Amino acid sequence: MIQNRTNRRKFLATSGAVFGATLVTGGSGLLVPASAQGLAPTPTMRGGANNYIAGAPIVDRIGNGGFWMTGSVRRAGDGAPLAGQRVQIWAHTTEGHERDPHSHGATLTDENGEFRLEMPQIVPAFGRPHGHLAYDSGEFKTVFLRPIMPSAGDTSLSAHFVLEPV
Amino acid sequence: MAATSPLLAWRAPVYIAAGFAGVIALVILLLQPLLAGGYLPGLPTTFGKRVHRWTGFALVAAIIIHVGGLWLTSPPDVVDALLFASPTPFAVWGVTAMWVLFAAALLAAFGQRLRVRPQTWRLGHAVLALVGVAGSVVHAMLIDGTMGTLSKTLLCALVIGATIKVLYDLRVWSRITRRRIG
Repeated sequence: MIQNRTNRRKFLATSGAVFGATLVTGGSGLLVPASAQGLAPTPTMRGGANNYIAGAPIVDRIGNGGFWMTGSVRRAGDGAPLAGQRVQIWAHTTEGHERDPHSHGATLTDENGEFRLEMPQIVPAFGRPHGHLAYDSGEFKTVFLRPIMPSAGDTSLSAHFVLEPV
Repeated sequence: MAATSPLLAWRAPVYIAAGFAGVIALVILLLQPLLAGGYLPGLPTTFGKRVHRWTGFALVAAIIIHVGGLWLTSPPDVVDALLFASPTPFAVWGVTAMWVLFAAALLAAFGQRLRVRPQTWRLGHAVLALVGVAGSVVHAMLIDGTMGTLSKTLLCALVIGATIKVLYDLRVWSRITRRRIG
């Protein structure tokens, strides 16, 4: 458990660093290779895999939409954006519980390694409004994320993956 | 307030029941010190303490329904919470409060058989109750749940106020002195 906590802190610190780097180089949309050297892989977050269902279908939209889940997928080390990566998303929303198969869907990253999937509004469940994301395609190590929304009124949430090869 | 929460529309009945069991447990946490201290009109300490025992039993039942209902709603989240591996800190407070309140209840149920001095028993029960109340209040305040923020804050403030008042009034840290009534 203590190990987990350290990882989580490390994750928060590294994701903050990624954000900072992205902001600095935001104009060009490219990471400066020197600053991205040694980018650490994102560890799985505690509870991230809860109510995971393997093999959710790739969809244009989960349910009736109205809420946006966004994020990016990069390679550990050089931070190169990874295109065509499958990201699975699920949450407790206005249209269903986390365990309902219709609350699950997947999407692919674009050429910039970014993904964006419309889904129903996430509502507070188990104490905080949160989403679940999984990278589980096998080419890189599987990662489960469980980002929490700062406010239940938010209509978007983002999460970022840095993957390491298997 | 909780009954009109918009969250209810998006929850299954068992999840709603679990949430309300938590609210009921918090209300009982307010009743317990009021009964122990004989503060409720028409319920003097002697009779109040008998009711206190029954509401204590109801409190344990409400906690079990709360956790059991959440278990049925999402087993892995409850397993994480019970193993103190939850990603959110409020679960740690809640699970700690649960065990401490169970301990307070067990002490109340079987304390006499332990043959400890009454003041030791009473201090033990009071300390466990105080820790259980504190844990429950932090747990309740940290979550985004069915209760409205205002009603929840008010209830939590009353629970803490009543608990501290009864512990002070009964001088739980000192030797038992029988209060003369009437």
